[in-house]
Amino acid sequence: MYERMVLIRAFEEACVQLYMEKEIRGSFHPCVGQEATAVGACFALNPDDYMTCTYRGHGACIAKGIDVNAAMAEMLGRRTGVSKGKGGSMHWTDPSIGLLGENAIVAAGVPIAAGAALSAQLDRNGRVALTIFGDGAINQGAFHEALNIAQLWKLPLILLCENNLYAEMTPLAKSNPLAQVADRAKGYNMRAVVVDGNDVCAVYDAVREAARLARAGEGPTFIEARTYRLLGHMIGDSESYRTKEEVAAWRERDPIKRLRAHLAQAEGVTDAEFDAIHARVQQQIEDAVKFARESPYPDPEEAYTDFWI
Amino acid sequence: MRELTYTQALREALTEEMERDPNIILMGEDIGAYGGVFRVTEGLLARFGPERVRDTPISEAGFIGMGVGLAMTGKRPVPELMFMDFALVAADSILNQAAKMRAMSGGRVKVPMVIRTQQGGGRGNGAQHSQSFEALFTHIPGFKVALPATPADAKGLLKSALRDENPVMFIEHKLLYNTKGPVPDGEYIIPLGVADVKREGQDLTIVSYSRQLLFALEAAETLQREHGISAEVIDLRCTVPMDIETIVESLRKTHRLLITHESHASCGVGAEIAMRVMETAFDELDAPIMRVAGLDVPIHVSKTLEEVVLPQPGAIVRGALRLMNGK
Ligand SMILES: Cc1ncc(C[n+]2csc(CCOP(=O)(O)OP(=O)(O)O)c2C)c(N)n1
Repeated sequence: MYERMVLIRAFEEACVQLYMEKEIRGSFHPCVGQEATAVGACFALNPDDYMTCTYRGHGACIAKGIDVNAAMAEMLGRRTGVSKGKGGSMHWTDPSIGLLGENAIVAAGVPIAAGAALSAQLDRNGRVALTIFGDGAINQGAFHEALNIAQLWKLPLILLCENNLYAEMTPLAKSNPLAQVADRAKGYNMRAVVVDGNDVCAVYDAVREAARLARAGEGPTFIEARTYRLLGHMIGDSESYRTKEEVAAWRERDPIKRLRAHLAQAEGVTDAEFDAIHARVQQQIEDAVKFARESPYPDPEEAYTDFWI
Repeated sequence: MRELTYTQALREALTEEMERDPNIILMGEDIGAYGGVFRVTEGLLARFGPERVRDTPISEAGFIGMGVGLAMTGKRPVPELMFMDFALVAADSILNQAAKMRAMSGGRVKVPMVIRTQQGGGRGNGAQHSQSFEALFTHIPGFKVALPATPADAKGLLKSALRDENPVMFIEHKLLYNTKGPVPDGEYIIPLGVADVKREGQDLTIVSYSRQLLFALEAAETLQREHGISAEVIDLRCTVPMDIETIVESLRKTHRLLITHESHASCGVGAEIAMRVMETAFDELDAPIMRVAGLDVPIHVSKTLEEVVLPQPGAIVRGALRLMNGK
């Protein structure tokens, strides 16, 4: 888990760099600081469980097992990308790992995951569907419609809200009247739990239990994971809506730092072992960037393919 | 050949295809226990059970979004929008999700979903229950769009839609459900994107689809009887893919084109047909293309007003006469 979290961080940091150098076009919403939520959740699932996430979903996709080379190539708009360069940062999709897409529309992935959960329920194949979304999504109509149906039909769905306290530039308290996000589930008579989203084990345990209940036919669970994005909403965000002190305080609770301290203390992992992990990840990212850069762009004719046959 | 209503033909298509393909799942408001407000799904709950014929809450964005998830995971969902007007509350699920998944994923996923709905006016349902949106779904790439006018086409096109690998907007018309017509016995399908010459003629070509096609046929009858004008009437049947070839073929004979549809004139399918004909067969035209379409105003309830807004057979006749007389 530690290595995967470090991989996510390194991937995002490399992308920040590539974005500044204008090698990446369009929108890019880094998930730096939220790695524990992504890894805790995805490691608690089976490889064939379904997942939808958001434009800030690189962490979840990498945690679920997306090919990092293909992901980087997608960022650079190359033909070898996960979506042949047609989807970009916000639309990674890979059914081979159950990934039914990041989504650039807030909350749109929630009903899609509910549909996948219904599919699993109909096929009685024991799969569950996880949908990851932000605290802004809980105010969208599609979110509410999906929660209502999911609870009504007892779908094997896990709703994981990454509460990072802001929706773009709007603080949580300015966008909804609840004391805590998880209370949204009450209106649907849905089980809800709150976890520390920067504690990878807490997220893992919560998702594991939700998946167990879902597989047992007990229906959906809403999980609020409290976390924080350490970078802006997107590159170029002036971050005028939050204080430097607040960001600094959350840096102290950096999920990677925390896990490292825990592993060193409780499991006796040595600095040399950590260094080896970081070196491996560094190599993997360098290889991915090289792979992406050396990959061809799609041919113009590709504009007409993957469409209507 | 036996006669069926449009409703019966649609129900037969659903029944046959659901027998054939266990992945087909119907979802919608009052489609199960009640049998659908237009009775199309009557009896299907009893036949196929509640797992495959699902009554949903009033949540168009929710259950069409779920349809996308079902389709991406191997099912063939058939969500029903009770009225096409409600597509707008599910616009994201339809236009941003269903239509785009396949392309955005570089072909990694498909969304074989048929959204069944009905549209159109003529019953005094007013501005929020009478609209025709085929142009919207023709404009946004990603769907196929079918608008059958006859029971036989309704069955054959729906069967094709239920076998297609793409999202299909399957648009019925509320005033066609009780119409009757011959429907072939046994298995047949009608491919999406192939127009049909519903009446042969020499002097001008009238292109239409859905209920307006019946008005076009009525107008052609009047033109023949009262004015000795022989109109060829083409049923486009689908606006996507759009079969311009059949229209051009007809123009090689008639050299005059009148397009009529119930939906608003501005930026409508008629404008698109006209443009494509100009691009490919301008030399075949002996007169400017004529359009008889819905007025660009909301659809009013009172009969006298609704009949002004929606183009009646008389308007098609008048249009054709102007076209023939060159003024
Ligand atoms: C339906 C919709 N409205 C607005 C936007 C623009 N937008 C993109 S991200 C975002 C904030 C979402 O915040 P949240 O759900 O908390 O997720 P986070 O970005 O914090 O991960 C907004 C408003 C959008 N993409 N989709």
